[in-house]
Order: sequence, then C-alpha cells, then structure tokens
Amino acid sequence: MSATIALPGFADPVGEAQATFRAVLDAMARPGTLHQVAAGLTAPPPLDPATAAALLTLVDNETKLWLDADAAAARDWLAFHCGAVIIGTPDEAAFAAALSLPDLAALPAGTHEAPEDSATLILQIAALGTGAHYRLSGPGLREPTLLAVSYLPADFATLWRRNHALYPRGVDIILCAGTTLTALPRSVSIEEA
Amino acid sequence: MPDALPPDQPNAARRRWMAVLARADADDLNERLGTLPAYRVLRGPEAGLVMVRGRTGGGGAPFNLGELTATRCTVRTEAGLVGHAYVAGRSERQAELAALADALLQDPLRQASLLNEVIEPLAASQQARRDAVAAKAAATRVQFFAMRNMRT
Repeated sequence: MSATIALPGFADPVGEAQATFRAVLDAMARPGTLHQVAAGLTAPPPLDPATAAALLTLVDNETKLWLDADAAAARDWLAFHCGAVIIGTPDEAAFAAALSLPDLAALPAGTHEAPEDSATLILQIAALGTGAHYRLSGPGLREPTLLAVSYLPADFATLWRRNHALYPRGVDIILCAGTTLTALPRSVSIEEA
Repeated sequence: MPDALPPDQPNAARRRWMAVLARADADDLNERLGTLPAYRVLRGPEAGLVMVRGRTGGGGAPFNLGELTATRCTVRTEAGLVGHAYVAGRSERQAELAALADALLQDPLRQASLLNEVIEPLAASQQARRDAVAAKAAATRVQFFAMRNMRT
C-alpha cells in the first residue's frame, strides 16, 4: 500500500453499492436510459464518480480488471477499495475500465457455451445527453430511442455492429460521465442518427 | 509499502507495532495516544470474518481451523501517511485508533517518541498479562513422574 490511496470509497458501502447496482441493472434492462449514481462519492482522478461507483460496485477480488493507460492512474485506489486483480492485457478481463474506446475485439466475448464469460467495459466519456446522436433498438426498448453521447469514435456504430453480430457472445458497455451512467448491452443495435 | 521505513528490514518494526496495537485495549490506546491529530477514514472500521488456518502437529498439512471475527480500518493523516489495522473482535474504536497509531508511527519525526510512550508500555503490559496467565497455569502443572519412570 502506498500513500497514493488518498480518498475513501463509498461512505455507506452496502447502501450505495446496492443503489449503484440497481442503476446498472436498470440501465442494462432499458438500454440508453440515463441513471444518476454516486452523488456523494469523491472519485480519484481521472475517474468520474459514476465510473468509480460502477467499479466499486461490480469489481471484487474474484474479477479480473483491465485498465487502459489513462485509467491506470487510479490503479492503487481500485486495488485497495475493490481488492481487484488488475491484469496487464485485456484478453482475460472480466471488467475493463477505459477513458477512451479500446479495441472491442481484444476483450473476451465469451463462448457459445458460456456467453457470460465475456467482459463488461466501463467506459468513461465526456458527457451523456449532448453530442452525437445514436438510435438504439432491441430488447428492452419498445420503440427505438435516441442516445446522445460525447464523445465516441466517429466509426463507433460500425465497431458496435461487429460486436452486436457476435450475439449471444459480445462485450457489454457501461457508459459513464459525471454522475450519470447508461448501458449498451450486446443485444442492442446502434445506428447513427 | 511506506517509504519511511529502512529498506533492509522494511516490515519487521512495523509488524511488531501492528501486533502490539492489535492486542491493545481501546481505552488504554486512546489514553496513551493523547490528543489525536486530524485524520480521514479511508475504509471502515468494518467487521468481517477471517479464516484462521493451522497446521497439523504445528508443521504438517494446513487445515482451516475456523473463522474469526475481525475488524479492519484504514486511515490517512493530513500528512498523507496511510495506516492500517486488523484487530480480532468487533471493537471498531480499537481498529480506528490502531490504524491511526500505525499511520503516525510511520512518521520518522514521531516514531521514536511514540514507540517509547505507546508501543513499549503496551507491549510490557501485554507481556505481563501473558506471564501472569502462564504463572497461574504453571502452578497447576502436573508432572507425570510415574510415566517417566516407567519408560526409563
């Protein structure tokens, strides 16, 4: 342990983790809906509160976590509060935290026998609700819905189509910005709008 | 691990004071620490279970002896020193004070005085308690002369 653990985790670990879990569950069930989490959490830079809350809630000592180069600045904090096994390459990750979209094909997509062995990518972006619009449709959405995201790569819809085509295999994404999160499960199809 | 400790035996001294703090009584510890400096709790204090493992015959195959209730806490002082404590039982105050003491003991300027005023007296009283129990037990010790005589 080094002195870089400068910040506490959840003030109320059980209650806040349950509330965040519920938000992630609802976001996965209804892709593209925005949920507020982690109002009181001071996240370690460069993570936003929503990113940190999702990681605190989902990651523990039994899940392998991969961090991209930017998110690795919060490595000590995550290792201490989550007890996470932080791995150097994404190919075995159960969870991945990133500040810019990594290669989705490099993350485990699960197998046809065990599609649940895929990775969940917790991706921090600049903002939700403004920026480029995407039209989401699929399970959990009665009608196609619009999601505004700033910023994802310009070819995100194409990249996602490849991931979506793997169904039931594939990577799920939790998008986090500030204290807001939403989810893009592998079942959703995304088009630019 | 903290930089304040010498590199040759980085953990021996810290291991000792953490062991003494883990056995210290909360009121006793509070009294000896005196006025507490400002600090921030990073985790806990929270109670949980730890698996205690033993070895058959003291050195054989490991086995799980049972679960022990333990309380852990981590604090950070304003100087940025992080202290940890794991104590047996459910005394949250003891865990918090022990973690704070661990953090303060890593400060090279305070280490010597804290060792003299807090750790050594606590270690002495713990040793005295152990000796008293051992002396009481020794008084009731039974020597099996008969068995020894049979063997020789």
